[in-house]
Amino acid sequence: MMSRTHPLLVAFAGLTFIFLIGPLIIIIGTALSDTTFLTFPPQGLSLRWFENIFDIAAFRSTMVTSFLLAVGGTALSLLIGVPAAYAMARYRVELPKFLPNVFVLPILVPEIVLGFSLMKSVATGLGFPIFTSLLIGHALLVLPYCVRVVGASLNSFDFSIEEAAVSLGCPRWKSFFTVVLPNVRAGVIAAFILAFITSINDVSISIFLTGPGISTLPIQLLAHMEQFFDPTIAAVSVLLMGVTVAVMAVVEWTLGLTFLTK
Amino acid sequence: MTVSLTLQNVSAHYGPTRVLDDLSLHVGEGELVSLLGASGCGKTTTLRLVAGFLQPSSGTIRLGDRDLTRLPAHARNIGLVFQTYALFPHLTVLDNVAFGLKQRGVATAKRRAQALEMLERVGLAQFAERYPANLSGGQRQRVALARALVIEPPLLMFDEPLSNLDAKLRVDMRVEIRRLQRANGTTALYVTHDQEEAFSISDRVAIMNAGRIEQLDSPEVLYSRPANAFVADFVGFENMIPMRAIAEAGDGVRAEMAGGATLDLYRSDFTVPARDFIFAARPEGLTVAREGKGIPARISLRTYLGRAYQYRCHTPAGEIVANGPLVDPMEPGTDVVLIPNPAQCCLLKAESA
Repeated sequence: MMSRTHPLLVAFAGLTFIFLIGPLIIIIGTALSDTTFLTFPPQGLSLRWFENIFDIAAFRSTMVTSFLLAVGGTALSLLIGVPAAYAMARYRVELPKFLPNVFVLPILVPEIVLGFSLMKSVATGLGFPIFTSLLIGHALLVLPYCVRVVGASLNSFDFSIEEAAVSLGCPRWKSFFTVVLPNVRAGVIAAFILAFITSINDVSISIFLTGPGISTLPIQLLAHMEQFFDPTIAAVSVLLMGVTVAVMAVVEWTLGLTFLTK
Repeated sequence: MTVSLTLQNVSAHYGPTRVLDDLSLHVGEGELVSLLGASGCGKTTTLRLVAGFLQPSSGTIRLGDRDLTRLPAHARNIGLVFQTYALFPHLTVLDNVAFGLKQRGVATAKRRAQALEMLERVGLAQFAERYPANLSGGQRQRVALARALVIEPPLLMFDEPLSNLDAKLRVDMRVEIRRLQRANGTTALYVTHDQEEAFSISDRVAIMNAGRIEQLDSPEVLYSRPANAFVADFVGFENMIPMRAIAEAGDGVRAEMAGGATLDLYRSDFTVPARDFIFAARPEGLTVAREGKGIPARISLRTYLGRAYQYRCHTPAGEIVANGPLVDPMEPGTDVVLIPNPAQCCLLKAESA
């Protein structure tokens, strides 16, 4: 048999897998531990630390904030990103070449710099309320995903289709909704999911923009850790992981994961 | 409803570049006119101007008694068929065809019936519930044709509609396009870079170059009497030999070419347009013979075409491509004469550079 895999390759693949999955297993184990300190392997099995999350008011309220931010920020970002991506795909020739790169800047600039500058400009500079500042920050953070992913769909879209609709009597603005949008639906959904996950897990931007009374779940996690070093931290981490996995699973079932990477 | 299309002194710019230069064109009622030319000649720009996807920098476009020039594209009521078919991927074949009727506010039941009837006419009624992705290229283009026809537009426009199809299908489809266009008596503008396609389908063909129409005539006239060197070259007059009339010779004119060789042109065959002119000949317009009255030449290369041999020949007036009979193959190096066959030759005015 020529196709037998070399044992070293198997070993290497196994190690890589452990490296990727191992930390997650440890966190899950830690979260289930019955002890009041972080330990692995878990001593005794218990869900009390998961209950504890919901017993602490700060976790409950930040969960809501995080969810609202992820949905609101992503929606805001799509509202800006989809038209931008459309314009850049439709007028590829006419528009300057560097323009698409401008929309990737929020990824290229270190997030901590972005967070700090947003704090200086939006939060303290313009004096926006905390939630509004967070919303703007998250929208900006996820904008590159929206523009790039929707843009990828639009780049493979044949704009003759839109012209066909117009020639058949459908005005331009209406053609966008009846013909263009339905055909890049997959891209918009993919963008939403990537953006949602990015937003819900964000620390570096949120940490600059949260303030008295309003915080996000990952920031609350950090705050909690400073005072209590108990398995609640691990439980919250598992929860965040769970949300991410759940979202990915939904994508996998409905559309197939490959479309996130294409 | 048959109307004519008129473009009057239309110019178009793409940024600072002029892509159409004061173009005027009239397509008569029920006529099919092709715009033929290489890419970048302005043929697609012309079509897009009429469709309303581009705005002319000057000039007017009229369809019948309607001035289209400032009308938005969706209000022009023109049926368009695209090279890429441009079917709506998320709609069934039937909904694709019914799309235009829906925009016109036709009730659901009625527009489905009309769309189905049109699908029957293009032979695709049994595919009504399929999606475009499940059709072949030829079927897709027939759906596109049905979609454009069902709105009963006064003008149909085709933008290289057959370029994505294979050779056999191309011939079938162009016959079908012509049949449907004739049956409806719809005025049509057809853009293509394929000469055979343009000639076979059109009442008249406009040969375009650098944003201008070089010649607009019936295929027969274009083929046998090109107006200038560009058109002559385009329709296959491969040899262009500058000549000068030097004397009367019996019932014709004696012409001299570079290198001093002369050729007698009979009045019954040719009308000499000026003292200096160009003698244009297709390869089959010059017969390679061992002796006779013609242009002296020496064979440099022989190729086999199946129906004839083709020879590249050196002459004092430059290289000439000519055909010779299959029965008498001649070797490179042979001295021959090239005898004109007037039906495959023409005389053009020398263009002042």
